[in-house]
Amino acid sequence: MHTQGSVAKWLEIQSSKAILRVERHRKEDVLVTDNGAETNWVALLLRVRDHQDRDAFALLFRHFAPRIKGFLMKSGATASLAEECAQDVMATLWQKAALFDPSRASVATWIFTIARNRRIDALRKARRPEPEDLPWGPEAEPDQADALEMQQETERLGHALAQLPAKQRALIERAYFGDLSHSEIAAETGLPLGTIKSRIRLALDRLRHQMS
Amino acid sequence: MTIKHHLTDDLLMAYSAGQLPEAFSLLVATHLSMCDDCRAHADSFDMIGGALLDDDTTVSMAAESLEQTMSRIAAMSPMPRKAAISSTLPAPLLDYIGGDLSAVKWRSIGMGVRQAILPTGKGATVRLLHIPAGQAVPDHGHRGMELTLVLQGAFRDATDRFGPGDVEVATADLNHKPVAEAGVDCICLAATDAPLRFNAFLPRMLQPFFRI
Repeated sequence: MHTQGSVAKWLEIQSSKAILRVERHRKEDVLVTDNGAETNWVALLLRVRDHQDRDAFALLFRHFAPRIKGFLMKSGATASLAEECAQDVMATLWQKAALFDPSRASVATWIFTIARNRRIDALRKARRPEPEDLPWGPEAEPDQADALEMQQETERLGHALAQLPAKQRALIERAYFGDLSHSEIAAETGLPLGTIKSRIRLALDRLRHQMS
Repeated sequence: MTIKHHLTDDLLMAYSAGQLPEAFSLLVATHLSMCDDCRAHADSFDMIGGALLDDDTTVSMAAESLEQTMSRIAAMSPMPRKAAISSTLPAPLLDYIGGDLSAVKWRSIGMGVRQAILPTGKGATVRLLHIPAGQAVPDHGHRGMELTLVLQGAFRDATDRFGPGDVEVATADLNHKPVAEAGVDCICLAATDAPLRFNAFLPRMLQPFFRI
């Protein structure tokens, strides 16, 4: 379990790293960092996990719930179903906070997986088999440096995605949000399946290159 | 366990995006439970989902949504702790079988080969196959895609040898005749999105009866 002290230390590490990052980034990025938003999600979620902190939860809710709702509506849910499911996803976040491992996933990634599973359940009425849980030994408390790196990786990936050529990015979004298989995307866009696959492959190569 | 044949990017991305039929998801989840490389790969596809979710597309939540979510949380029962299971089979598969290999309800499909179809949603089917050591599965092609994951023993076909943890991804153009290696009986998990196409007259006649 995290103690109060280690959360404070965590925040301290975060803010000093954030300053380093601000120096490296362009001006637009500095504004984002100044909002205090991006870097603190892990700390907030750990406060929910360890102290059932309602204020921390409210901040997470304000940022993520409208994004989950947007994601579900892009996947074909009605506004009322999306509202219902987004509330459900945020409630699950509270309930499952103890399972969150910041060295394995960023908060956004973890929320994505909960929202995706809720979508499969709500729109497809199907189950989603998950891989076996990883062994959870005595050293289960994740390394803070690993956790920080994971957050930064996700942010870098966000930037890399934003810089993809529009056609490639659009296909990646369709693949994740559209609830369509590649061949359904082919039928809808009139593009040959081969073109779709090669564009997605190009996009993935580009992302890997940027992340390496 | 040295795994040589892995899941493709296409499949891992579709699994992460939640686009695979349940039968394929079960096979992917089982392979991920056995293969750390593919699990890390799948995590990076989840990360793309996280980065896409965390962009600026938002839809406003209803006025009372946070309060409603807090009431949902208050009404939730605490998450049940999963009991640790020790088994030779990965957890997702145990779940679908409802027990270990001894709980499988095998049915003979001829030539000593036995199968058990696992219950999943529509769009694809998944079955366990038990092939006696040294035995061949009838020569067959596929109308769609067939994934075969080896759980025990090994088989060979014209393309290569497949041992425990290996996945063969066969598409419509592959006509193959897998043969179980001598020694241990081969047990596989096989998922298909279209009926197999047997090349001999007799097996094709029997196909509707065995749902293969």
